[in-house]
Amino acid sequence: MIDAPRLASIDEVLLVLNEVCDPEIPSLTIADLGILREIYERDGNFAVVITPTYSGCPAMQTIEDDIGSALANAGIGNYRIETRLAPAWTTDWLSESGRNKLLEVGIAPPAEATSDKRKIRSARPLIIPCPQCKSSNTERISEFGSTACKALYRCVDCREPFDYFKCI
Amino acid sequence: MKNSVTCAPQSWHFEYVLRLGDNALILGQRISEWCGHSPFVEEDVAMANTALDHIGRARMLLTHAGNLQGNKQTEDDLAYSRNEREFKNFLLCELPIGDFAYTIVRQVLLDTYHFHLYAALQKSSDDTLAAIAAKVVKESTYHLRHSSEWLIRLGDGTEESQRRAQLALDNQWRFTSEFFLADEVDDVAHQAGVGVDVSLLEKLWRDNVNDILSAACLLRPEDAPLRASGRMGLHTEHMGFLLAEMQSVQRAYPGLDW
Repeated sequence: MIDAPRLASIDEVLLVLNEVCDPEIPSLTIADLGILREIYERDGNFAVVITPTYSGCPAMQTIEDDIGSALANAGIGNYRIETRLAPAWTTDWLSESGRNKLLEVGIAPPAEATSDKRKIRSARPLIIPCPQCKSSNTERISEFGSTACKALYRCVDCREPFDYFKCI
Repeated sequence: MKNSVTCAPQSWHFEYVLRLGDNALILGQRISEWCGHSPFVEEDVAMANTALDHIGRARMLLTHAGNLQGNKQTEDDLAYSRNEREFKNFLLCELPIGDFAYTIVRQVLLDTYHFHLYAALQKSSDDTLAAIAAKVVKESTYHLRHSSEWLIRLGDGTEESQRRAQLALDNQWRFTSEFFLADEVDDVAHQAGVGVDVSLLEKLWRDNVNDILSAACLLRPEDAPLRASGRMGLHTEHMGFLLAEMQSVQRAYPGLDW
């Protein structure tokens, strides 16, 4: 039997949402990725604020559904999900633990902060260290990888191809 | 009035956002045709991702357009239920994909346009449009990096790749004049601080495209007048086929959801 939804505290909601993972990189939570922006309470109801990563990211609907089912499983019903566009999502919001988790699963984290994002033709190619052998002797295979947020690289030394979480 | 666009009060705002949304939607639909047909697998992934970015921005823009109209139409109504004459995209967006050089040339021309357009729209007095622009300009930056690197590789490549790139450029160049034909909607939107200054945009676009073409060893074609206008709902013969494919499910089963 499912209990009737009950009122919860912000801390409780946060605890539940800290377990919600990204559907495409399941080792990272939506908090690690900076998708989860804020939780606030108004008149006894919670608003869960999320910011989409890429315009075309097909995971956003799944993320909303996952938030909904995580809260429902915890018996929390008095919430709504709010999508906030501004400020636009940036890889600078990736948490330190998020960066480490990416490395653990063999994805190179974003190499630089995004303040200099106006480069159109890359004057100076970025050095992306290989997440496997740490060599800096790597090359880009493609600007686009297995998901919208990644590019495809190859390590010239250990010969392993790897995903790079690109900076935006 | 300069053009036959008739504007009821405030409808310029809807029209302005609708045009942006239609460019994104029709271009995204076109690029998605490369999925499964690109020259090699990495490029297939690149094309599919780029198409998704355009369709994603179309969703945000068409939703916003619908809101401006008082929620009369959803993003899906606007995408799937309008007829050809009601679409306001640039003709360049709807032309067939052609060969890979043809697609890359179109991407360079439109990515450069979108990069400068959305950089400027970040300062729009329409907060939602400014927020969408701030997001979109990041994507247009790497779209343009991708397409311009390819054009340089093709133009400065083999005799055959150079020939195809130049031919594609010669065929598509005349469609770019449509980018900078400011009409009443553009003028009113600019005065209201919602839209951009089209003449400034043209200068930025020309400088940037000239740089890329010279790096790609390609000759810039002569400017030519364009007599049709997608922004007035007058399209090429290719548009009907594109819409037929894109809308067929919703036309057969209106309101279908899954």
